[in-house]
Amino acid sequence: MTAVQIRSEPALLHKHTGDDSGEHVGFIVELPEFSGPLDLLLSLIRDEQVDIYDIPIARIAEQFLARIHGMRIDDAAEYLEMAARLLRIKAQMLLPRPEGMEAWEDPRAELVRRLLEYQQVREVVDVLERLGDDRRNRFARSYVQVQDEAVDRDDRPFAATLADLFAAVDRVLRQATRPIIHDVIPRALDVDGAMRSIRAVMALRARARWSDIVSRDAEPWQILSVLLALLELAKSGELRIAQPKPFASMELSCDTAS
Amino acid sequence: MTPLARLLEAALFASARPIPSETLGQLDPESTPAGVDAALEEIRERYDNEGHGVELVAVSDGWQILTRPEYTEAIERAQLAARPQRLSGAALETLAIVAYRQPIGRLEIEDIRGVGAGAILKSLQERGLVDVTGRGEGMGRPLLYGTTPLFLEHFALRHLGELPRADELAVALRPALPQALPQALPQALPQALRQPLSRAS
Repeated sequence: MTAVQIRSEPALLHKHTGDDSGEHVGFIVELPEFSGPLDLLLSLIRDEQVDIYDIPIARIAEQFLARIHGMRIDDAAEYLEMAARLLRIKAQMLLPRPEGMEAWEDPRAELVRRLLEYQQVREVVDVLERLGDDRRNRFARSYVQVQDEAVDRDDRPFAATLADLFAAVDRVLRQATRPIIHDVIPRALDVDGAMRSIRAVMALRARARWSDIVSRDAEPWQILSVLLALLELAKSGELRIAQPKPFASMELSCDTAS
Repeated sequence: MTPLARLLEAALFASARPIPSETLGQLDPESTPAGVDAALEEIRERYDNEGHGVELVAVSDGWQILTRPEYTEAIERAQLAARPQRLSGAALETLAIVAYRQPIGRLEIEDIRGVGAGAILKSLQERGLVDVTGRGEGMGRPLLYGTTPLFLEHFALRHLGELPRADELAVALRPALPQALPQALPQALPQALRQPLSRAS
């Protein structure tokens, strides 16, 4: 029941604080002033200079409520729970104590225990803070990542959609000129045939001229075939090729005849 | 410098993390633990006496070469290295509680701090400063947290015993401690830290 009431409070509280700082509305990043209700309570006890073992609950509860109304608090529920606790203790303190009753338990005892415990935690925090700052001010060999990060940024994975990819391929293909396709029909030279006809000519006559073995209307492939056949025959020594003067007709002679 | 000291110096320079003494000993099979200690002491004295920019520090059951604090700002200004972020007050409170009461569950931490601790525990765990060390007996078998070796490194501690003992804390509060509230001090401190309490009361 009480939990429901407490949970419903934060919205109210935020609205309240929002009114205080109309010009700050928007994105506010702020470190909370206190790390929790116990922290706030301890600071009140310090500020008010009251004895932690004899806390004037009414005064402190009042101060506590005043402070949380003036604060921006994310976890208001926890502060309000503490406020409720303080008010309950205050009520218990007001109840008349039966005279002569020895085992009266101070309703504040539990709160004092928690405050002392928390006070110790704060002291350890101070120690850790000092030690941590000491250590932060010394670099070990490991702190050399500044450049690595820059490299990583360039290495980020390439991202593209399928459509991007198609568009890029299309652009490249459009720039390329259409290829000219030639049909090449191979026509083999007939060197062996030319050798045979040259041998036939030379068998009949000892000497011959270029014009004797190449017909006038010979096609280039036939002329090339005769040329290669002549060179082949000259290489094997079957005939000799001579040219009396530059650009004169070639004279072929057969050695075997001599 | 002795050959062993030079070897250890090279290893300490090469390593990004503190090196335990045993590991340093393994670098030279012929070394003895006493020899390693002497060599480390030799390096440390040399760094201190000759005015080096680095020093040899004992951290979390190992040894580490660290730069001296007076050069931190210049190094950071030149963007050669950056100091890690400071922990928030809430994170430090949670760490303090875990350090003294480990293994400890989330609810117990929240009870001491008076605020939720789930998100902070998670981020401390992500930073490697605390870790789950087991499960409690209670309802739902809650996760129990403890500090890690990285915690010791982060605060340049050799072991948890270097944290102040309970009787060294709350000096301002102690004299007024009435007999009616003996339970005011944490009862579940680690064994080593709890001992002085009996003397104090």
